[in-house]
Amino acid sequence: MPELHQLVLAGADERDLTRIDEYRAVGGYAQLERARGLEPQAILDQLQASNLRGRGGAFFPTGRKASFLAKGTGKPTYLVVNADESEPGTFKDHEILLRVPHRLIEGCLVTAHAIGSQNVFVYLRGEYLDCFEVLRAALEEVHAAALLRGVTIVVHRGAGAYICGEELALLESLEGKRGQPRSKPPFPAVTGLYAAPTLINNVETIATVPKILELGAAEFAALGTPDSTGTRVFCLSGNVVGGGNYELPMGITIRELIYDVGGGMAEGRPLKAVIPGGSSFPILTADEIDTPLSYDALAKVGTFLGSGVVIAIDDRCCMVQLGLRVAQFYMHESCGKCTPCREGTRWMVQLLRKIEAGEASQGELDLLLSVCDRILGKCLCPLGDAAAMPIASYVDKFRAEFQAHLDEGGCPFAGESSLEDLFAPVDQHTQQPVAVGVST
Amino acid sequence: MSAPSFAEEVREIAAQYPQSRSAVLPALRLAQERHGGWLPPAAFEEVGEALGLTPAYCLSVASFYDMFHLEPVGRHLVEVCTNICCGLEGAQGVLEAFERELGVAPGETTEDGSVTLRAVECLGGCGWATIVAIDDRQRRAVKAADVPALVEELRGA
Repeated sequence: MPELHQLVLAGADERDLTRIDEYRAVGGYAQLERARGLEPQAILDQLQASNLRGRGGAFFPTGRKASFLAKGTGKPTYLVVNADESEPGTFKDHEILLRVPHRLIEGCLVTAHAIGSQNVFVYLRGEYLDCFEVLRAALEEVHAAALLRGVTIVVHRGAGAYICGEELALLESLEGKRGQPRSKPPFPAVTGLYAAPTLINNVETIATVPKILELGAAEFAALGTPDSTGTRVFCLSGNVVGGGNYELPMGITIRELIYDVGGGMAEGRPLKAVIPGGSSFPILTADEIDTPLSYDALAKVGTFLGSGVVIAIDDRCCMVQLGLRVAQFYMHESCGKCTPCREGTRWMVQLLRKIEAGEASQGELDLLLSVCDRILGKCLCPLGDAAAMPIASYVDKFRAEFQAHLDEGGCPFAGESSLEDLFAPVDQHTQQPVAVGVST
Repeated sequence: MSAPSFAEEVREIAAQYPQSRSAVLPALRLAQERHGGWLPPAAFEEVGEALGLTPAYCLSVASFYDMFHLEPVGRHLVEVCTNICCGLEGAQGVLEAFERELGVAPGETTEDGSVTLRAVECLGGCGWATIVAIDDRQRRAVKAADVPALVEELRGA
């Protein structure tokens, strides 16, 4: 059985690490002291050598991202922590913020030193009131312990918008605007917050930084696989016995996570499908679960590690209903800026409703795939792709089930699917524009 | 010393940011708390006044975000996640139990103005499904059978 290997969550099972004295007892803030005695470049070199890659979903090498920061601009450099965790299936940052807030703060201060920043903003999703309170208390302790040395850390609460997890929408929101993405280039490293050079990293990424200094880049990089180094706080959910966050070296297989770590499927039911990465990513069938949870291995089967998610789905789930609910989410969260995403997600919902009701023609199933094609790669931010990729993959991997809805004139689950009649928030808004009728 | 006025509180928040407009979300949140959980037109004038923005601008920002309410809500807010992970674990049953116990549909407020029920998108507790947020406090692993007691608790609160 794969052993838990905790770096980010290290010590939190034994001690209350929300308290600074407890955190210090496990070596907390020692790396900050060390880092402040080092040249900033030496820290960035360590990050590069560790091959730490972004834990928010894009998996971009963290050290390299920091190296893009524009220098000599005469403007301040900002560090922004993306704590707007909203990808369905993802709840690791929630746990990190609640249980090891000081490790995140230490990571912020080390990273701020490494990039020469005096101003840190933590963009925290508005729904995480519990995290806000924990973080605020931890920051008070840090302030009292005189660890900030002139650096300010502002916790900025969002107000409920999935799109603000996208880094440019996040910056817009942090500047007090609607959270609509900007076009890039320019990238945040050059023109970010308040048009100044800005480094944006995920909570888990930043919380890993002190541990990389503690272990040394080589020891960190020896964990996991060559392309996906270190550990990951994997988010396991769905029809499993033991849903939760599990920190393990990258490269364990989906099967190991579900069956060995997570205790298997609830009630011993058969596994039908797995959504890796988060709801934005292509689905895998039960035959593909020996795939390791690493960037390269998942790329080989056409999907992504995303934010470290595994959603296990049992045999009671209708894939058309799953697609409908996922599409309704993206329709609700589309910011409306780019036409393909704004309109396309509505078309997807409408077509999937017709398919589920058994009222769709063969041409409308093709039209659904065509709509996905017309969104993919045609929008400013990845939200449109995040809607198109999974839906197209459900049709691709479970084509027979979609076809059965057409052939049988209704859902083959006959009212017994686990997602039957699942209500979506998009249906309680009275001011949504009405989608136009789709005809063939 | 008297309590700080709304404008003073907002300006204190704004001082944390290089540009005061960044304080528009916290200011709207504060205004919403002061107006009984929603943002009437007067709230946009207050926020605009405090930050040097037009009320229309403040409304345009507020209308983008789910946690700002542009219509009156109940004294308590019950929000049930119905995204896929909670859905797979029985969220629809939980939502329907709240509908039965409260006598309202999602998006509606009870006649006595005590509770607004909403279905919401992912609350970030997928492995602990079903997640229900009551006045922004998340409850984990809520089952339909737990709902009558939760509603009882709310009625007593």
